[in-house]
Amino acid sequence: MEDLFMDWLYVLMPISGVTIFWPGLVILGVGVGIIGGFFGMGGAWMVTPGLNILGFPMAFAIGTDIAHMAGKSLISTMRHGKFGNVDYKLGLIMLVGTVVGFEVGAQMIMWLERLGNVEMIVRLLYLVLLSLIAWMVFSDVSKKRKKDRDARAKGHEVDALSTGIEWHKTLHKIKLAPMIHFHAAGITCTAWLPIAISFFTGWLAGILGIGGGLIRMPALLYLLGCPTHVAVGTDLFEVMISGLYGAFTYTMKGRTELVAAIIMLIGAAVGAQVGTVATKYIKGYGIRIAFGLAVVGCALSIILKLLAKELPAYARLLNNSSTTLVLGLVSAMSLYITVKMVQGARAEIAAIKNK
Amino acid sequence: MEEMMKGIWTKISVFVLMICTLLPQAVLAAGEKADLVVIVADTRGLTGVLHAWGTLYNDSHLYFSLLTIVLIPVIGLLFGTIADIVMRTIGIDLEHRELSEH
Repeated sequence: MEDLFMDWLYVLMPISGVTIFWPGLVILGVGVGIIGGFFGMGGAWMVTPGLNILGFPMAFAIGTDIAHMAGKSLISTMRHGKFGNVDYKLGLIMLVGTVVGFEVGAQMIMWLERLGNVEMIVRLLYLVLLSLIAWMVFSDVSKKRKKDRDARAKGHEVDALSTGIEWHKTLHKIKLAPMIHFHAAGITCTAWLPIAISFFTGWLAGILGIGGGLIRMPALLYLLGCPTHVAVGTDLFEVMISGLYGAFTYTMKGRTELVAAIIMLIGAAVGAQVGTVATKYIKGYGIRIAFGLAVVGCALSIILKLLAKELPAYARLLNNSSTTLVLGLVSAMSLYITVKMVQGARAEIAAIKNK
Repeated sequence: MEEMMKGIWTKISVFVLMICTLLPQAVLAAGEKADLVVIVADTRGLTGVLHAWGTLYNDSHLYFSLLTIVLIPVIGLLFGTIADIVMRTIGIDLEHRELSEH
């Protein structure tokens, strides 16, 4: 009787043959949908351990994650597009650079693997990169705050468009034909700049074996000078196309569980809307700070995984701690974003009623 | 100089588009590289739609994969539209964003 009562909560997956607790998939979908819609990244580093915990073998966890990521990013891109946050021209140009860069990086790492074991070096490189990104984000926030404080001290009005780190201004001085204007991003620069940046971020993603949203977002902000909201929307547009491409190849290799991806999409559809709409109410720098925290969380989870390999006696404890940390971070951030979205929506609805 | 750059630009664009078309493995895939594995789905315990889905997988990987990448955006679009309707019913403006700062 008890079994009958609980049975409906489990679904037998047709391809992998594993039985999965489907409400877990919906909850995971909501969480990563919120974070993905808010930050503009696929978030594979969050989804894969979650799917693994629910019982998916690693190979299926990655393929299923990519399939769900494509659908989730489509939902977020639709919404961001209506807010004017997606620069399609920039997204398409960067997609080309990313794909070529990714292939070069992937081929390079395969060549290095033939020479010897490079896994540890790759993981350390990833850690260095994440530390650099976290430093950039928080240093940018600190510089921006200092600028605002100085403006207030001098009795000037705070410039809402001012930024902390302004490397993009130097890069925009390169006047190499053809020059392109990106309407939604509001920037004019040489076409070679987004190509070079996307090639570089794609190359890094290829070497590290990651999706790349975590690298592309800060690159769009600090090297290209995109406003935060446009960086989020444009990155999601890129994730959507590359995700579909990835879903096809992983499915061809028998590693995608579409039924699980669809169940996750039910949650992600709601989550992505919440995350995307929250960007209406949270200032650009609020998004950057939360992004910086996500990067720190990702770095900590990698450190724990590295320690697990070095200290086999504590491997189980360290691996579990890594997964707990990631899922805890997903829950805390989703909650924060949802609360901010609800508060903002309430204020907006109240303002409309008062008019 | 500018004409020469435009010429190079066109050639590179064509070359890059060709590479994108010819390199299906250039995928932004997270995690480990996927090896080519052929798994036959065990459909014995499945019923209804799940059984049909498993059978389709066993019949043709290519058709199954093509259907997967068609279904993902369609389902995403469907769920996204439903979520849109719910949000609109609540009264949230889903067309405009006033904040414009970085």
